Amino acid sequence: MSSRAQILAAVLANQPTILPMPAFQPFSPTGENSFDKFVATAKGIGSSVYFLSGIAQVKQLIYTNFSAGRIISPIEELSDVAEFDFADLDAHTLEDVELGVFKAHFGVAENSALWVTEDLLGKRVSPFICQHLMLLVNKTDILQNMHQAYDRIGAANYDFGTFIAGPSKTADIEQSLVLGAHGPRSLAVVILD
Amino acid sequence: MIQELKDHATLADDFNKDEDRVGWHDDTLWWIREKRDKIAWQVPDWELLRDAASNIKDHVLSNLNPYLLQFEANAIANGITVHWAADAAGHNQIVLNILREKEINKLVKSKSMLTEECHLNDFLADNGVDVIDSDLGERIVQLAEEPPSHIVLPCIHKKKEEIGALFHKHLGTPEGNSDPQLLTEAARHHLRETFLSRKATVTGINFAVAETGEFVICTNEGNADMGAHLADVHIACMGIEKIIPERKDLGVFLRLLARSATGQPITTYSSHFKKPRENQEMHIILVDNGRTKQLGREDFRNSLKCIRCGACMNTCPVYRRSGGHSYHYAITGPIGAILAPNLDMEKYSDLPFASTLCGSCTNVCPVKIDIHQQLYKWRQVIVQNGYAPKAKELSMKMMAFTLSSPFVYHTAGKMGRAVLKYAPFTVNNSFNPWYKQRDMPEVPSASFGEWYKKNRN
Repeated sequence: MSSRAQILAAVLANQPTILPMPAFQPFSPTGENSFDKFVATAKGIGSSVYFLSGIAQVKQLIYTNFSAGRIISPIEELSDVAEFDFADLDAHTLEDVELGVFKAHFGVAENSALWVTEDLLGKRVSPFICQHLMLLVNKTDILQNMHQAYDRIGAANYDFGTFIAGPSKTADIEQSLVLGAHGPRSLAVVILD
Repeated sequence: MIQELKDHATLADDFNKDEDRVGWHDDTLWWIREKRDKIAWQVPDWELLRDAASNIKDHVLSNLNPYLLQFEANAIANGITVHWAADAAGHNQIVLNILREKEINKLVKSKSMLTEECHLNDFLADNGVDVIDSDLGERIVQLAEEPPSHIVLPCIHKKKEEIGALFHKHLGTPEGNSDPQLLTEAARHHLRETFLSRKATVTGINFAVAETGEFVICTNEGNADMGAHLADVHIACMGIEKIIPERKDLGVFLRLLARSATGQPITTYSSHFKKPRENQEMHIILVDNGRTKQLGREDFRNSLKCIRCGACMNTCPVYRRSGGHSYHYAITGPIGAILAPNLDMEKYSDLPFASTLCGSCTNVCPVKIDIHQQLYKWRQVIVQNGYAPKAKELSMKMMAFTLSSPFVYHTAGKMGRAVLKYAPFTVNNSFNPWYKQRDMPEVPSASFGEWYKKNRN
């Protein structure tokens, strides 16, 4: 008997009488203003937050903070300040990217996570391999909690998607928090009006 | 490995030789427990969330066969190759076969407790495959040639000076420097080179969604993503109990996982892998390794609900003071002590006794596993099967004999008081395990029975 058949038979023989899937409780809202909560949480986990009102201001922010180094972004309006056509490159060639700028579908107030999918990233590795990361989200796209987040995602057909909350970090050495483990050393969250 | 032969009490004794370290270890883990409390209390409905998670997992375990089939069909439709492994050896062989077919002999691996359980690294090393662990904590214990001592914080037992010395030897950091920032930066450079040069990666899986065939991996460092998105071959390994029914169920589990684990609102990355990249090969290995057996044990089935957050360890008064290595099993702490005897009751017969049964583990478990009750039940199963330690068995027999006869009981009481009074040296010595960390009680002049007889009027 194959391992597959063996395991499936053993599962069937050993699983108890079926218990119902629980009906989803309507989880209560936090009572806080989602927007304020999002900003406070983002800052609390080491992100910097900017309130801007258009792509021109985003460009200004990029100029101010990143005067040198390779910048990538699949956002067409940024193609004069950032490399736009990188989706067809070998992923490894992105290893010298200083800054990656991407749009996020939405943000989640309770944990400041931002949802991005492959179609917004150019390449899957791009928000991980860059030294610094900037994510843009519309002010109206801040949701309260993860239940709302998955309602919003629904049956979306992405190949890869990820919630990103803060810069990459580790506390493996005596619980001392260090930002910039393997991924970006910083995350700038830009909230667009 | 000599260590395999020692039991929990002996290994805990070794750990306790350095009192300062024990105090430091205890405080560090309790601090994490407090962070967990602080953030959990900020979430309205925290208890409802725990209920929901527990009920979803109960449902999954009762309907696992159809969910596994559904997950497999969807994953295959997504372009992923699905493998099944009945045990650790089968799992390790599948990994090796995939690598051999691609002629790859170097691997980067992110954290997976399943691969620890299967001793994948040792097996691959014996077969000429070089493995580098990419989680910083795991890389540290790998360089130290030790197993992880905690499922979330693999090197929580190590002081930064020891890590500094390891990095000096292996990564060339300045001698005597143990600054966490500098050491992490050195590891970042070393592992970036690894990510860029390795053609295959192995990762674990936190959740696998039956409805969509996607799987989710949670990390703070971004190491699983760096490995997976740069490698030509991605092998993701999971125990069969990691299935959840629908994508929206992730809302419940992702709210609980990081808060319970480290007191963070969510991990930095919660990555949803649905399809391989163009020209990438993606494999999933579904592993049994004793899980179907545990599924059939009604009293212990619940342990399969575990989402590997480690909260039960951080809160456990025994774990905090005995260290993870005293459990001599891949999954340490209270949850490990109820999972390990299922795999080998004799080898791990000591673990369910490494507990005060205080119930703190059960109180913090995000999926409401009745951990302390299972520890208690395992003790009975272990004694019934004849695997109790000999000294314990003998003392329990003496106790049963004494308590079953009033005459023996009263005589033994008198004798005990006399011994403590006139010959304390016969019990205040290192042959009496009770005396090791305690003083013997002061001797009352009479038993309660004697006192009551005299005073009842």
